[in-house]
Amino acid sequence: MTINYLGSISVDDLPATFTKFFLEPVSVGFPSPANDYLESPIDLNKYLIKNNVATFLIRVSGESMINANIGDQAILIVDRSLKPRHGSIVVASLDGEFVCKRLQLKPRLCLLPENPAYKPIYVQHGQDLDIMGTVTAAINKFE
Amino acid sequence: MTLLALIDCDNFYASCERVFRPDLRTKPIVVLSNNDGCVIARSKEAKAMGIKMGVPWFQIERTYLAQGGQVFSSNFALYGDLSGRVMHILEGMVNNIEVYSIDEAFLDLQHMQANSHAYEFGIHCRNIVRQWVGIPVRIGIASTKTLAKIASHITKQKIGGTGVLCLRQQHHIDHALKNLPVHEIWGVGRNLSKRLNDLNIYSGYDLMQSDTRFIRDKFSIVLERTVRELRGEQCLKIQSRAELKKQIIVSRSFKKRINDLEQLRPLVSNFAVRASEKLRHEGQKCLQVSVLIFTSPFSNHAQYKGFHSIQFSSPVSDTRSILAGVKKALNNCFRPGYSYAKAGVVLSQFSQHSIIQGSLFDEMDQSIEAKQDDGLMRCIDAMNAKQAQVYYASQFPGQLSSTSKMMTSPKYTTNWLDLPIAN
Repeated sequence: MTINYLGSISVDDLPATFTKFFLEPVSVGFPSPANDYLESPIDLNKYLIKNNVATFLIRVSGESMINANIGDQAILIVDRSLKPRHGSIVVASLDGEFVCKRLQLKPRLCLLPENPAYKPIYVQHGQDLDIMGTVTAAINKFE
Repeated sequence: MTLLALIDCDNFYASCERVFRPDLRTKPIVVLSNNDGCVIARSKEAKAMGIKMGVPWFQIERTYLAQGGQVFSSNFALYGDLSGRVMHILEGMVNNIEVYSIDEAFLDLQHMQANSHAYEFGIHCRNIVRQWVGIPVRIGIASTKTLAKIASHITKQKIGGTGVLCLRQQHHIDHALKNLPVHEIWGVGRNLSKRLNDLNIYSGYDLMQSDTRFIRDKFSIVLERTVRELRGEQCLKIQSRAELKKQIIVSRSFKKRINDLEQLRPLVSNFAVRASEKLRHEGQKCLQVSVLIFTSPFSNHAQYKGFHSIQFSSPVSDTRSILAGVKKALNNCFRPGYSYAKAGVVLSQFSQHSIIQGSLFDEMDQSIEAKQDDGLMRCIDAMNAKQAQVYYASQFPGQLSSTSKMMTSPKYTTNWLDLPIAN
């Protein structure tokens, strides 16, 4: 892995919404001149979740999707209201267990891992497959 | 003509347990009451095994498990979350909705006059809820609440149908009512149906044909309304959420029986504290607080049900006032010599008015109501919402829930540590 040094960051470089929260002191006497410009803080929920009533969080176990940037213990954002397409990453229940894989619809139905160490799962006739929802994002925590 | 729909989740608690357990899709499931006392929900497979609603768990435990049945303690964190999702979806579909219970809602379909549209809407609704949340629902569509209930009831008996029934044409309604025993009608219980049977009223059709005047005189105005509703005359309107909530109840059964007041009081105080939190969360104040205490209907000992209400002279929401009221009410309804199995606190007569009117005659209670410190309560609520626990002196320090809950499923949707796992 290579790391490029991009330079250090100063407060002036931060976007306005960030600085507001870091720099505004707690005022005791006079009302803050920023009061009229207050915006709500950046909300990760809004960024990650489009349809909250249909969205569920699921934890990943294992590294079968590592090449799709989904590591062990990542949290998946799963939207049940999105119709899964060929190539979507989905959470499906296969024979009573949840799996996270890439959905292949053609030439034949298959659940593809994103790690050469794992084999594709060709869904056999009589196997119980149910797509629970489409994975719209994954959160990997590093610390 | 009016038109409305009743949406009813199929075996709701059992269906919730299945959402994150695809391996249980065709297995029998029962869910037990608080304290694992008795069966409060059954999947259709469990019903087919002959498990009755309300049966004490210990009576069926052995045979049920031996036959491969699955059992869960109730997981209200999960059921509440999934119910909220279902109701939210429905709210987005129509202008007016009444959330009738955790698994039922009435929808106003006024704008959909054509039968085919209403039916298609029902199918659409069912598909969306199934796809988005994973909960199967049934839908009865009719011109009154009572008929919509019947329509939804009929879909339950049809195996493999679409789960949607539009009951609007008179000959369909007549046919359905002729085949419906009168005790199955909403609001007609077993006791009432016995008295009706004595008057040769056996089916829903018989009841519909009864003279309204006669029914009112012989029974009540409530039953008269039912007759009118069966005829398609709307008497029960869809009530929006704000009008609906008229009381807050917190009640639990105890792990073991309790005999004396000193042991009972801290537990009842816990219920009062929880109820007060809910009251403030709703932004309400109440004028009345009541205490209920029960012995166990399953024990051979003497039975007693105690109930007492205390009236405040002005609306309160401060936990300290409610605790004082609860203490009084409990002292009043407690009788020594019984083994109590369950208790509850009810807050009622809500009023949002913050204007406190002076009360001339209620000097004794003035001290109770004088203590209304909204700021203090907000502060304590905020602390208790986090890890800190602020207790009132009369409380039992510890969890409110007296349940053992050995067989509870994970809180899949409300706890980071309980998220479902995918490989």
